[in-house]
Amino acid sequence: MSENKEIQQKKADPEDTPIIRILGMHKWYGEFHVLRNIDLNVRRQERIVICGPSGSGKSTLIRCINRLEEHQKGQIIVGDIELTNNLKNIEKIREEVGMVFQHFNLFPHLTILENLSLGPIWVKKVPKAEAVDTAMYYLEKVHIAEQAKKYPGQLSGGQQQRVAIARSLCMKPQVMLFDEPTSALDPEMVKEVLDVMISLATEGMTMIVVTHEMGFAKSVAHRVLFMDYGKIVEENEPDEFFNNPQHERTKLFLSQILH
Amino acid sequence: MSEVLSNNNNSIHDDADNVKPPIASVGIIGWIRHNLFNGPINSIITLAILYILWKVVPPFVNWAFIESMWTSSGAECQQADGACWSVIYANFRFIIFGFFPHDQQWRPLVAMILLVTLLLCSQNRNNWKKSLAYAWIIGLVIMGLLMKGGVLGLPPIESSQWSGLPLTMLLSVFGMVAAYPLGIVLALGRRSTMPAIKSLCVIYIELIRGVPLISLLFMSSVMFPLFLPEGLTINKILRAQIAIILFTAAYVAEVVRGGLQAIPKGQYEAAEAIGLNYYMKMRLIILPQALKVVIPPTVGVLISAFKDTSLVVIIALYDLLKTTQSTISNPKWMGFSAEAYIFIALIYFVCCYAMSSYSRRLERELDK
Repeated sequence: MSENKEIQQKKADPEDTPIIRILGMHKWYGEFHVLRNIDLNVRRQERIVICGPSGSGKSTLIRCINRLEEHQKGQIIVGDIELTNNLKNIEKIREEVGMVFQHFNLFPHLTILENLSLGPIWVKKVPKAEAVDTAMYYLEKVHIAEQAKKYPGQLSGGQQQRVAIARSLCMKPQVMLFDEPTSALDPEMVKEVLDVMISLATEGMTMIVVTHEMGFAKSVAHRVLFMDYGKIVEENEPDEFFNNPQHERTKLFLSQILH
Repeated sequence: MSEVLSNNNNSIHDDADNVKPPIASVGIIGWIRHNLFNGPINSIITLAILYILWKVVPPFVNWAFIESMWTSSGAECQQADGACWSVIYANFRFIIFGFFPHDQQWRPLVAMILLVTLLLCSQNRNNWKKSLAYAWIIGLVIMGLLMKGGVLGLPPIESSQWSGLPLTMLLSVFGMVAAYPLGIVLALGRRSTMPAIKSLCVIYIELIRGVPLISLLFMSSVMFPLFLPEGLTINKILRAQIAIILFTAAYVAEVVRGGLQAIPKGQYEAAEAIGLNYYMKMRLIILPQALKVVIPPTVGVLISAFKDTSLVVIIALYDLLKTTQSTISNPKWMGFSAEAYIFIALIYFVCCYAMSSYSRRLERELDK
């Protein structure tokens, strides 16, 4: 736990301009109002955990940040680029924002090494040898370098998710988005993935994590957001959030997931 | 009692080591029992099939090989009871090369050998390098020059004299090679989010698929020239070729679209999330997976395209089928159509079987 305390102390710099600014953002699927008036600023090096019941819009929210989903109203500004229909801007933002999916989504027809080096080579136009070096560096980091020549199908779920994290890191992103990264894993593999995420946190990566791992939220997050019906119902520092929730809905949710 | 038991145990142990399976369950007898006489119904079916084979195979062998004539004249054939393979022997060069001038027929022969060699080289994916692309370009130019002539002292040959197997190969190889990429583009277009492109592709695919190939060929040979300005004509073979390409592409497009839909949404999202643009996403992530999934139906489409080239007879192009038909309508060789058709059926079969076995090998290689 002492290690985790250390993480806590390394606070984000409040003076810095936020790396992500979301202002009065709404999203509809057809007539269905999924996200309602979202306001959120994320500072550099800040770690945010988003929780909430299923269907509350938490995944949709982070998928809007790299434009996998389109918002219809309000503003999302990443760095100094606003997300609009401008394809060039969207591609620029995606270079800066890494994403890890619930179902890993590795490319099954490519080796682990090719999965990692593809983005740098094609998007960042990095020379191949350099991209391979970077890929190996991050594979070492997620403790999986010996699997570089294998295909995703030959790896366990936990290993695949660690590869997916390394794949995002290879693009040297400013922000990492995690969409329920441990929900599709067998229980005994959750820890190896969380460990990688914790070590990423210690290095000061800006992270937005949608997860049900409340232990992770308590020890790593600077802020915990609770969402329901497409709104951010409550946000607070983890200690306050878990020990002294303000809203009835939050209390109910916490009582159901913390046994 | 205990002594008996232990004795028994011992003897069982000893016997169990040496016991052989019942004679009726292994070896040839076991296989026959298991596969052919497995129950009364299967036994009856087996016997019935044996009877039919007995009735059919020996007479066929007798007709095809024992009483058959191989190098005789047509008149001698009329006397014989067996097959008259002489019809092929005597007309071989016409069936294969059609109206190509007799003393120049080495040219399409060399062109075909070149084409088959290039195809065989392209089978091995280790050869897929720049040099192979150059080899194809040079090879195609040489093939064109060989067929057309007019250079290096080769007498020029009108394309109306191109016929037989070279014509069939020309139409089918270029038909398939051009239709495949065009089909992919159409499939991508049909799944595009841009309404104009999407509807254009939908209309194209549905229109072409809604019309038989024969009518497209008729249009290309009869209607199309009416729209051209006077004096301008487009080669008849080229027109048929374009009709075949357009037709096959529509079918390839639908097969490829099926493959695109089989790729999970997560793959598209992961590709986008690392910042790949549309072209890279399709070229590097989606198409390699989608095209692999649809290898079997794609080969199905290409094989039927290959066989459909024989429909060009209706616009009076002399492909392999037509040269064969002309041969057997010659009074000297009247009545030997079975032999001639068996012969070209074999040629078609060899080509189609080569395609399908190549596709199976490709699938195995890509599965590794």
